[in-house]
Amino acid sequence: MERKLILSSSPHLHGEQSTEQIMRAVIYALLPACAVSIYFFGLPALRVLVLCTLGCVLAEIACQRLMRRPAAWRDGSAALTGILLALNLPPASPWWLALLGSAVAIVVGKQVYGGLGHNPFNPALVARVVLLISFPVQMTTWSAPTPLGSGLDLVTTATPLGEMKNAVMLTGRLPEALQGSSWDYFLGNMGGCLGEVSALALLLGAAYLFWKRILTWHIPLSYLGSVVVIAGIFWLVDPSRYPSPLFHLLTGGLMLGVFFMATDMVTSPVTPRGMLIFGVGCGLLTVLIRLFGGYPEGVSFAILLMNAATPLIDRYTRPRAFGEAPSSKAAG
Amino acid sequence: MMRKLKTFRGGLHPPEHKERTARLPIEDCPLPEELVIPLSQHIGAPAEVCVAKGDKVSRGQLIGRARGFVSVPVHASTSGEVLAVEPRPHPSGKWLPAVVLRPDGADAWGEAPTPVDHRELAPEQLRELIRSAGVVGLGGAAFPTHVKLSPPPEKPIHTLLINGVECEPYLTADHRLMLEESARILTGIDILRRVLGARRVCIGIEANKPDAIAHLDEVCRGTEVEVAALAVKYPQGAEKQLIAALVGREVPSGGLPMDLGVVVHNVGTAAAVADAVAQGMPLIERVTTLTGPALVQPKNLRVRIGTPLRHLVEVCGGLKVDLAKIICGGPMMGAAQLSLEVPVVRGTSGVLLLGEDDKAARAEGACIRCGRCVRACPSSILPTTIAAYARLDRFEDAERFRAMDCIECGCCSYSCPAAIPLVQAVRHAKAAILARRRKL
Ligand code: SF4
Ligand code: SF4
Repeated sequence: MERKLILSSSPHLHGEQSTEQIMRAVIYALLPACAVSIYFFGLPALRVLVLCTLGCVLAEIACQRLMRRPAAWRDGSAALTGILLALNLPPASPWWLALLGSAVAIVVGKQVYGGLGHNPFNPALVARVVLLISFPVQMTTWSAPTPLGSGLDLVTTATPLGEMKNAVMLTGRLPEALQGSSWDYFLGNMGGCLGEVSALALLLGAAYLFWKRILTWHIPLSYLGSVVVIAGIFWLVDPSRYPSPLFHLLTGGLMLGVFFMATDMVTSPVTPRGMLIFGVGCGLLTVLIRLFGGYPEGVSFAILLMNAATPLIDRYTRPRAFGEAPSSKAAG
Repeated sequence: MMRKLKTFRGGLHPPEHKERTARLPIEDCPLPEELVIPLSQHIGAPAEVCVAKGDKVSRGQLIGRARGFVSVPVHASTSGEVLAVEPRPHPSGKWLPAVVLRPDGADAWGEAPTPVDHRELAPEQLRELIRSAGVVGLGGAAFPTHVKLSPPPEKPIHTLLINGVECEPYLTADHRLMLEESARILTGIDILRRVLGARRVCIGIEANKPDAIAHLDEVCRGTEVEVAALAVKYPQGAEKQLIAALVGREVPSGGLPMDLGVVVHNVGTAAAVADAVAQGMPLIERVTTLTGPALVQPKNLRVRIGTPLRHLVEVCGGLKVDLAKIICGGPMMGAAQLSLEVPVVRGTSGVLLLGEDDKAARAEGACIRCGRCVRACPSSILPTTIAAYARLDRFEDAERFRAMDCIECGCCSYSCPAAIPLVQAVRHAKAAILARRRKL
């Protein structure tokens, strides 16, 4: 009997969620957003979701086989990347766009760096940006929402952010149509990517993650807060030219970015103070890119840029160790 | 009205598992067939044996002499015959010299212990009585108590903290001691306070032991001893974390509590100090919790030092499942054992027996940078970063990230979703840093 005794060192208890449980919980948290996207955009949305999820998982398995790494696709991280990618694509995306995106996300965004935990950039965002630059037409063909049962076919339309951008560029003013539709934006009744449409569904998912203690408040709050403050300043200066903070909050995938992309653990800082800096950086860049950049949408670029800054942030936000004199902190 | 309980930064709250034994009164454990009394039961130089095979010894008789200042003597736990002086399995995992004793059943003292009134003795005399009784920290660290009672004159002690936190899951020995033997504890506190000349005395207890808090509050009424309820959070009982909670100051990195004018002693140690001085009895027994899902009948036991774990398991009704793990101490910081032949020593605050189902082993994965270890670390260092450096043998970087400030509480490993053995890696880094310092 005693030969079977285990002689590991302390601690002998292991608590809290495993990596797989965390990934699974984030997937659950995204289900409301998936459901809403299927409700508003119908079968095309479902198709994009299925293609991306399968595409990412298959790409992950293929990479792990080829690179002779342990088959770790069961950890759920590839499926999660797939869902996130789908939520970042337009509902009318052709099948090849979804599959190509999946391959880019897993191969270029993740496996070349060594797989889970080693990628500096959020894989889904890498794929989105690559697609956006390579296939601008397909990536910006937006469908108007056609709620299930309404019997309508997909019709192309503009996203609120795109509309804003065009109007400001052409006329120097915000379009009239943008005033007063926040409620539709909040529920998701507007054109856009699958996952950027319903702030409500995303907030539901985020609430679940807070309850599960998977999200901490640092990145979401600093990101949202800085968007409100910075967008608010512009709006106060010239409300005819710059949209209100509420408009910023409810459009263009901000909620998706704040709660599910910026908070990607692998690519954001590990210290609470680092997370705050990261969130503020994301908020600042998002608003600046939206208002002054070449693309109407700033969330993806903002997060990717801050991903690049993460190692630096981590380096300079080492907390003061217990009992360490305030002045002696100099790890860098 | 809920007052916010005092506590420290970081930490976590593992399941307590204390319900098994928290209500069970302390029982006297019968003597085993054979006692194995190691000569090294404290931090510092092992005692030097002064009996030989075949000798008859009486209860409380000196069997090992202290060697040096950071060392304490060892005494026979009962009367009987010395069967051997030889290396035996020790809770440290090694085979270390021990006196093997066969009890004669009489349990007779050589000369009856002589009680003294501590109020008539000077601090040096008290310190000497404590040392010669072999008193060490009973919270688990087993550091010789008299050393902690000898601060240099330039570091006057104004505060004596008594540690009744018992934050390790499963353990209830200190809890029962506080409920059942508070008089001993208070006598001990009085002696400790006189030796140190401390003005403030405070007993810290985790708020999950409301009965102990209420009882000590009651018996301390009218004395100058405060009783403080502390947040239920591991490792609230770690010395520096306890001081942070009760004194509101952090022990400087690399420093000692006495740098802040504070000394911390465990409640069990206070009781042993009372025995040593007021009863004139050496430290030959302690209260320990025998518990764990593999055990038929968990108990809080008063055990003679040197009792093999096998005997304790029998006293507790045996095992109900195959043993997978034996742990001396709590599950967070205790040490896994090779066999049940290991004896209870002075530092054995509990024994935890786990079956196959309780191992909670998980395959190690890649760090997903979730930051949980960082948030949990009571030392506010970055376990994941230090572990990564340790794996690359970059110990200078590990040191720059303050690996030496790790208190080895295990919060990081506990909280890691990827099951990375973080504290093990940090320990490895600490050892390497120390080795390098010695060479320089
Ligand atoms: S690094 Fe050390 S002090 Fe920090 S949580 Fe891990 S074991 Fe505890
Ligand atoms: S808890 Fe584990 S996975 Fe999370 S940051 Fe620390 S080492 Fe990495």
